[in-house]
Amino acid sequence: MTNSVFYPIAVIAVTALVTWTLRAFPFLVFGNRPLPEMVHYLGRVLPPAIMTVLVIYCLRETSFAQYPFGIPEIIASLLVIVLQWIRGNMYLSIVTGTVCYMILIHLL
Amino acid sequence: MKELSFAIKNTIPIFFTYLFIGIAFGILMSDAGYGILLSTASAFFIFAGSMQIVMVPMMTSGASLISIAIMTFFINARHLFYGIGFIEQFRNMGWKKPYMILTLTDETYSLLCSVQYDPGLDKNKAAFLIAFLDHMYWVFGCFLGSCAGQFLDFDMEGIIFSATAFFLVVVVNQWRQQRSKLPFFVAVVCSAVFLLLLGKDYFIIPTLIACLLSLMLLRRSIETGEVSDDE
Repeated sequence: MTNSVFYPIAVIAVTALVTWTLRAFPFLVFGNRPLPEMVHYLGRVLPPAIMTVLVIYCLRETSFAQYPFGIPEIIASLLVIVLQWIRGNMYLSIVTGTVCYMILIHLL
Repeated sequence: MKELSFAIKNTIPIFFTYLFIGIAFGILMSDAGYGILLSTASAFFIFAGSMQIVMVPMMTSGASLISIAIMTFFINARHLFYGIGFIEQFRNMGWKKPYMILTLTDETYSLLCSVQYDPGLDKNKAAFLIAFLDHMYWVFGCFLGSCAGQFLDFDMEGIIFSATAFFLVVVVNQWRQQRSKLPFFVAVVCSAVFLLLLGKDYFIIPTLIACLLSLMLLRRSIETGEVSDDE
């Protein structure tokens, strides 16, 4: 199944349909009605939690037990955090962090 | 056409962001063996950076369509809340309305929330052009990345880190905006628990469900924390 040409097409279709449904949901359901309190609350607190989990998900292949002990990931991540904190320029932070990581994995 | 120049002027920062992340996505796709057509179709139809980037490793590991759907739901669940502020504005946009709804990304959303329309501008036309330009920047970036990945032979090992960097940037921005820091700690604790229990290949969905439930249970203390910060 996963080797078939249809698999990536099916994945893209499923991803697009779920995304579209989520985007259209408030227009379909809430219309003019006020939002339930819990939904309003989750809309505020869920995004930071999800994004934090995604950072960990992206770093899941890092092995801290063997060489280079996750050092490129740690340094590049810290660089991104510091740059974004100081300059607040998303483009600069992502480019610098990624280039730094690409250099580090070649050096170490 | 003054609406167009207004839209271009306001979307320039998004142009650079989308171009770079789009290129990174295109290269990821092509490294994973998926061609220009699939990358461009993803960009055109999905138009959600975080999920597209997460989709690539899921696709190469042959994840089931159900887990792709669950993952998409969790990663893009924040979109559930974006439309709420625009129900009124999009109502009189006619044929443009479905397009506005389906292309409401993080960046388009934040821009439409904060943009100050110049007097004399057709507001609906300008909003549509902003959404449309953002969409085209993204498609263009993904297309370019895909071409670069296929035809250029330079060493792109490590480009995957751009996804990590992207999410880190979002977390830093949200850390500064959120008054209660508890959601971040909930996420770290849940991830750690399920990473230990289930390992790196299976932890993500249980972690996201655990975050959702914990945040519902912690509602009182989070909201109390937010109030006490005001004092």
